[in-house]
Amino acid sequence: MTTDGAEESTMQENEAPDMEHAGAVSTQPAEDASRASAARVNVEVRDIHAPAVPTEVVMATEGMEVYYGSFRAVHPVDLDIHAREITALIGPSGCGKSTVLRSFNRMNDLIPGARVAGTVRYHGEDIYAPDIDPVEIRRRIGMVFQKPNPFPKSVYENIAFGPKISGWKGNMDDLVEESLQKAALWDEVKDKLQDSAFALSGGQQQRLCIARAIATSPDVLLMDEPCSALDPIATLRIEELMFELKEDYSIVIVTHNMQQAARVSDRTAFFNVDVQEDGMRTGQLVEYDETGKLFTNPSDPATEGYITGRFG
Amino acid sequence: MTTTTDTQSGAPQPPRVGEKRSVADKWFRRGLAIAGGSVLLILATMLIFTVIDAWPVFRHQGFSFITSSTWDPGVSRTEVTGQYGALAFIVGTLVTAGIALVIAVPLSIGTALYLTQVAHRRVRNPLTYAIELLAAVPSVVYGLWGLLFFVPTVLRPAMDFIAETLGGFIPFLAPPVITYNYFAAGVVLSIMILPIITAVTREVMSKTPASEVAAAYALGATRWEMMRSVVLPRARPGMIGATMLGLGRALGETIAVAMLIGGSKQIGDSIFKGGQSMAGIIAVTFQEAAPENVKALIGIGVVLFIITIVVNMLARAIVLLTGGHVTGDAAV
Amino acid sequence: MSLATAPPGTGSGLRTRTPVAAARKRKDRLMTGLLLLAMTLALIPIILIVYQVVLRGFGAMTWNFLTSTQLFSQRTEGGGYLNGLFGTLYMLVIAIIVAVPLGIGTATFVVEYSDSKLSPVIRFFTDVMTGVPSIFIGLYIYALLVQGRVGISIGFSTLAGGLSLSLLMLPIVARASEEVLRLVPDDLRNAAYGLGARRWQVVTRTVLPAASSGLITGSMLAVGRAAGETAPLLLTALGAFAIVFDPVNAPQSALPLIIYNEARGPFDAAHTRAWAGALELMLLVLILTIIARTVNRNSELER
Repeated sequence: MTTDGAEESTMQENEAPDMEHAGAVSTQPAEDASRASAARVNVEVRDIHAPAVPTEVVMATEGMEVYYGSFRAVHPVDLDIHAREITALIGPSGCGKSTVLRSFNRMNDLIPGARVAGTVRYHGEDIYAPDIDPVEIRRRIGMVFQKPNPFPKSVYENIAFGPKISGWKGNMDDLVEESLQKAALWDEVKDKLQDSAFALSGGQQQRLCIARAIATSPDVLLMDEPCSALDPIATLRIEELMFELKEDYSIVIVTHNMQQAARVSDRTAFFNVDVQEDGMRTGQLVEYDETGKLFTNPSDPATEGYITGRFG
Repeated sequence: MTTTTDTQSGAPQPPRVGEKRSVADKWFRRGLAIAGGSVLLILATMLIFTVIDAWPVFRHQGFSFITSSTWDPGVSRTEVTGQYGALAFIVGTLVTAGIALVIAVPLSIGTALYLTQVAHRRVRNPLTYAIELLAAVPSVVYGLWGLLFFVPTVLRPAMDFIAETLGGFIPFLAPPVITYNYFAAGVVLSIMILPIITAVTREVMSKTPASEVAAAYALGATRWEMMRSVVLPRARPGMIGATMLGLGRALGETIAVAMLIGGSKQIGDSIFKGGQSMAGIIAVTFQEAAPENVKALIGIGVVLFIITIVVNMLARAIVLLTGGHVTGDAAV
Repeated sequence: MSLATAPPGTGSGLRTRTPVAAARKRKDRLMTGLLLLAMTLALIPIILIVYQVVLRGFGAMTWNFLTSTQLFSQRTEGGGYLNGLFGTLYMLVIAIIVAVPLGIGTATFVVEYSDSKLSPVIRFFTDVMTGVPSIFIGLYIYALLVQGRVGISIGFSTLAGGLSLSLLMLPIVARASEEVLRLVPDDLRNAAYGLGARRWQVVTRTVLPAASSGLITGSMLAVGRAAGETAPLLLTALGAFAIVFDPVNAPQSALPLIIYNEARGPFDAAHTRAWAGALELMLLVLILTIIARTVNRNSELER
């Protein structure tokens, strides 16, 4: 289990620009010839992933484990989510990445028998402390799901739902418009605000769900495979949207699509399945690093195996 | 050999290409069709024969059969000599059914919400089963229990209290309280229809898409807010169907109501006065009734039959159209 | 108010109890409490009924009670409801003989021959039939057979009572059987067709046997319902004080009928017996239900 190396590598970058992050894989130094296997993945790494200054940590886990009853779903995880960055969680199915994501906004509480050990901090506060109300957590940490799940109400009412229940008193029309603008959906629905959300296409519905989530003014957005139910064009639009959203929100995205993680994220955490003697499959954080580094020069052989398609 | 699948119900049909159906097949199918057709025959003859039997009274009374409340049976074997205005019994049926719904519907919805959204999964099944047990208690036992225990011991003090405190402003709650009255019958009736309304409502609520529930929680809703904005709106059409099914059951219930409603042939001006229902008057006066009286009672049966059938048909249509399903022992 | 200036994302905001947040929490607790109250109120009657019937009926359900027939006077103590039990069982047998084959036949036609135009019509009206008031069924049988409209007149009798119970059971058996038959997987039917079976053989040799335990369960539950019915019997069987063997032209007794009559009278002795009778009746229904569920469970264990 590797600890988060993000802090150290950030320090290094201050001193010298890192050649490994410059563009496509083909410009790698010769020592990485063995890494040419990474070229098979066709990973296109952007250099905007190189953060120049140390960034604020908005969420952090310390030794977080998740249990369903007596079954341990995830080994202790130490993960820092940095502000206004996109952090991707990748790994084969069953590795616990969605479980980890759901722990960030206490959605696991809804599963009977689910229990979180260790600490999960949001701006320094332990969100699982007994006097913390999960309702308040979920207002501040929004979530977008795999399959778009708008309410059977109008576009307007979907967006207004979150603010309304938290007792928000302001100009709702403005808030709805702002949210839709931020989700790059306003132009397409501005004349259809009273229409049913189901009249929108799949990609539009997902952007509606994003708008709905940001209407409650969260500062963290959790996205659980948000594009897996969408066609490639809709997927691309959401990925472009994520770059815009990054300016205001810290995004954590679970994806089974490695190329997406490489395209979109600043940091990537690779999870793997650890099969124990009794057959129990527990998820484990293997490596967490800046995306460029993880995909071109992974430290752990399991990571390399996954990103080169040898398993998963 | 290929088989084609029927699009309606999914039971595969035999191949039709070039195969001559055997004689056995033909007669087997005919036999089953006759069995099924017996239902249609029975329903049709039910309506026809009873209307024919009651016709002399209908002709004699005309429309006043359902608008007049003068019920004064005669004793003739050949003619219609009495007065047969059934309004009092129609009112009795409707009032008791109404009271039963007012009590049972909120309780059922609350119970269904509790069972589907709040209860721990370990207690969910036992509690659900306990409610369904109510449907297995025979009607006459409800009547006995109500007559000899529940109404005199538990309900009477409550009725006295309500009549004393509210009877001043609300006319139909006025005293004096007769022990066995519309209200008593209505309360016991509500217990009897609780299981079916709960069962159907539960079924509809359990079909709430989990993704919408998750969406509401992820936006920071409390459990009640989630129920109010996701579960209830989706369940509303089904709840209407469930209520109508309960209404149908309440309209047709005979024995328990007959034992508790008091047995007065007049329309009471307070729910704490006695009355009689359509099914009740038939049950109670049939055995001593002269032939012309019997015809009139059959006539009341016809009216009851038509009302109940219409309500039931509407109810099932609503439940089916809104994706619900009437299942379980309580629902039959 | 723009999004950028909305309540900031800081940890400290989590603990601040804004009035709105507190009110929402209160409302959530209040509504949960109300739902719990509804659940409790719904549970109280069944507990009360079972408790009262057992409490008052158990002492009175003596061996003498179970084996004696009715006394002619309600006022006198003693006697039993044996004539009622006998009549109930007698009429139930008739009802089963008529309703179960007809009901299963109807269900089989609706499910296995759904290609027929008649099938959805029958299904719909079977549903409608479940809503027919039981007293009306009594009136129908009275008009048809007790009085005699189509030439036959059997008078108040066991047969009339049994037939009215069968009409009550018919739609229940049909509905329950229909659901069971639909559960039989199509693979089974296809396999039989694939082996060259004719349609009637597929139904009788494959589908019905596969569904048999469910069909029995459904029928037993219908019998349980019919056992407790009073209203139709008031108009068809009428009631009797002794054990009656004649199926026609002789009024028959039934357990629920006696309970009904004894409960409504003013005599304590009758009331005591009525509670015992109620316990006896509920035990009968319970036994039938247990048999029904055991048959189902056993067949599931076999699989």
